[in-house]
Amino acid sequence: MSARVHIHMTINGEPRELLCDPRQTLLDVLRNELRMTGTKEGCSNGNCGACSVILDGSLVNSCLVFGVEADGRSVETIEGVERPEGLDPVQRAFLEHAALQCGVCTPGFIMAARALLQRNPHPTEQEIRHWCAGNLCRCTGYDKIVRAVSDAARRMETAK
Amino acid sequence: MSSATHKVLGTRPIRHDGVDKVTGRAVYAADVDLPGLLHGKILRSPHAHARIRSIDTSRAERLDGVRAVVTGRDLPDPGDRTAFLGELGQVPLKYMSFNVLAGSKALYHGHAVAAVAATTPEIAEEALALIDVDYEVLPPVIDVVRAWKGEAALVHEDLYTDEMGSKSAAPSNVASHQRFEKGDIDAGFRAAEVVLEREYRCATVHQGYIEPHASTAQWNADGQLTIWTSTQGAFPARTSVHQILDVPISRVKVIPTEIGGGFGGKIPVYCEPVAALLARKARRPVKVVMNRADVFTGTGPTSGSWVKLRMGATRDGRITAAEATLVYEAGGFPGSIVACGGICIFAPYDIPNTRIDMYDVVVNKPKTAAYRAPGAPNAEFATETLVDELSEQLKIDPLEMRLRNAAREGTLQSHGVPHPKIGYAETVEAALRSEHYRSELSGPNRGRGVASGYWLNVGLTSSAVARVNADGTVSLVEGSTDIGGTRTSVAMQLAEVLEIAAEDVLPTVGDTESVGFTEVTGGSRVTFATGWAAYEAGQALRRQLAEQAAKLWKVPAETVEYSGAVVSARGDASKRMTLRELAAALNKKGIEVAARVTVTPKGVGGAFATHIADVEVDPETGKVTVLRYTAVQDAGRAIHPSYVEGQMQGGVAQGIGWALNEEYVYDDDGRMLNASFLDYRMPTSLDLPMIETIIVEVPNPGHPFGVRGVGEVPIVPPPAALSNALYRAVGVRLRELPMSPPKVTAAIQSH
Repeated sequence: MSARVHIHMTINGEPRELLCDPRQTLLDVLRNELRMTGTKEGCSNGNCGACSVILDGSLVNSCLVFGVEADGRSVETIEGVERPEGLDPVQRAFLEHAALQCGVCTPGFIMAARALLQRNPHPTEQEIRHWCAGNLCRCTGYDKIVRAVSDAARRMETAK
Repeated sequence: MSSATHKVLGTRPIRHDGVDKVTGRAVYAADVDLPGLLHGKILRSPHAHARIRSIDTSRAERLDGVRAVVTGRDLPDPGDRTAFLGELGQVPLKYMSFNVLAGSKALYHGHAVAAVAATTPEIAEEALALIDVDYEVLPPVIDVVRAWKGEAALVHEDLYTDEMGSKSAAPSNVASHQRFEKGDIDAGFRAAEVVLEREYRCATVHQGYIEPHASTAQWNADGQLTIWTSTQGAFPARTSVHQILDVPISRVKVIPTEIGGGFGGKIPVYCEPVAALLARKARRPVKVVMNRADVFTGTGPTSGSWVKLRMGATRDGRITAAEATLVYEAGGFPGSIVACGGICIFAPYDIPNTRIDMYDVVVNKPKTAAYRAPGAPNAEFATETLVDELSEQLKIDPLEMRLRNAAREGTLQSHGVPHPKIGYAETVEAALRSEHYRSELSGPNRGRGVASGYWLNVGLTSSAVARVNADGTVSLVEGSTDIGGTRTSVAMQLAEVLEIAAEDVLPTVGDTESVGFTEVTGGSRVTFATGWAAYEAGQALRRQLAEQAAKLWKVPAETVEYSGAVVSARGDASKRMTLRELAAALNKKGIEVAARVTVTPKGVGGAFATHIADVEVDPETGKVTVLRYTAVQDAGRAIHPSYVEGQMQGGVAQGIGWALNEEYVYDDDGRMLNASFLDYRMPTSLDLPMIETIIVEVPNPGHPFGVRGVGEVPIVPPPAALSNALYRAVGVRLRELPMSPPKVTAAIQSH
């Protein structure tokens, strides 16, 4: 087994350092080394999006990034979404629209939706569907998720 | 109680576990961690059918970091004992045991043959490669029709057909043959003026939940076993572990974690007994987490099938006879849900003469598990496309054709049971009235199809414990694991009884030591049966609160009443307390107000749905685009309409996936070729339109609030609705699922 590597990351605004195995993915590092289990594993090969996090501003599947590749970079995860004043508008919209059933894909969808709304504050239904096509949900048929993301966009607009 | 008087039912409160699930705090099975935890991995057979001559684990055991290796030899001998498996009934225990870890034969590609526990998941993975299994490869049995006809190798040398109660002379891949018969089938066909006969096939499909199976087991030195697991039923999982490992049931505690989808696939145990065996051997807690390929090859799926259907009708559109042969894959061990297909296949219709033959057939595929309305989509795909063909030949609107033949209260079903009060005709009428059905659909290669569906729903045993807190809120522990928001639909029924807000009930899902026995989350039973337990608990709390107030006031109990979350004594206006005040007063005196309830309700109400689909077919590529989709369903009483809609929409999405893309693809050696979400193509957000819902409410008289299960039936109509739409779009009838692009283009070209 190869030697563990010392890496630094900023996670949800906080600097963290740790030792990780070179073969560990960023998802493994988050879940197994840092015990941040809000990010979920559904397929481990980039097909389901349950492990979506934001790496230096870009939406990625954390199962497709090695932990060592995240050295020196900034990671946003579901644990960092809630604000001191309460839930983020995307989180609130998911609750009010009943956009989750089992909830295991929800952290990934919330990260994907946030990344979308940062780039495109007024997405159409088709743009939401296109952006979220990398996140699988087996429970909802996506209808309520699409509505929640549209509504979150409206809420963020009025909050400005 | 009429719906107009309900204050909580029919509203849309935020689900109680919602904040945990949008913040990532909810604990799912793979999130469990314990001091000293080891990681387990499972070695799977690369062959579809092979005798296991020997397994040498010595090299794996010597790898640094490996703490235990187990094989099927570590399982106690199941002998001839049987086990109860909820919806699936009694099954021989050996089929469960040797599905968990193979015995003398590996029966499918992906069949678990050994497992390793090590200090890291990576070491466990490495150790798997060091286990030497000597296989004698045997011919694979993949085609269910060939297996049924006796044209294939024997999957089990000791399996004989249960031929309507008698045992076959020779071993066979046909585990059982059952028949339902009603009326005079020959006379029925003689009375028909149009008779059609067709054959239908469905590919093997998987439930496709996003969370892979995961379980953690820990033994105490005193022999107590605790298991944290993702399961559709903590109690049935406990029973299975007790039976498979031959450990006293009282020594097994199952703590259900949050569950990331199940759809029937998390009823059987897979990881639980393996984690327990490894943990006992290693004397350390062990967590077994599947990867996606493990899930596809080692769990689920639901039966692929072949169905032959013959129906006859008079010129005025009255169906006089229907005859079906259902041949379902059981997978590597007997026990498909073909009987459910037989119960459902003609259930929407009042057909005087029917005969249904049902065959359960073993093949070298994973042991099948329930999948949302198990058995019904395969069967009703046939009925609903054939009814469409009949209505076309008779020049009757397909919904009108359904209405003319609709089963109603008292209609005798094929298996000899009359329908109770049902809302089938109401779903067809609502579809006929819908804006969607009345709208115009135009354009080339576009078509509209309709189809109906039935699922029987089940009751079974459920339990709840309710306790009044010092501030007048009520804690509710219920026994049903919550896959899709049932904590809230159960809590709302308690809130309705106590006349308090849904938010003032605090529901949790109990483990096997904190609440009474509760059957699986399956059969669309939780809001019905566990909701009923909550209803009874609420009634008990009302009585106790009135009695305790009477004691406080020193007045006869019968003079005190509970109404509007207020207790008051008749004839004395000074004796009046809100629930909050009474709860505080009782708490101060050390008096507990709590109720424990276990119910096994009988008044199950079946579920009916009617769907409308508009599609556009690309004749070049064969791609089918769903332009518009409407689902109509009788919910009895929609407790939380958003989650009823959610079940309808989710069922439709799965049905569309089943119809258009999903299938297990095998090579000639019986190996699954597409065990990933990339190659097993489930619908993404880009593949679906918004899914319109119309909830019809024909209250179930068998439930205090009129509830019918809603979860399963919406998966039933989509395959036929889409096949019928596709026919209207391009003039070809597809009778084989999935209707994937290559099949659609081939059908168009040969048309």
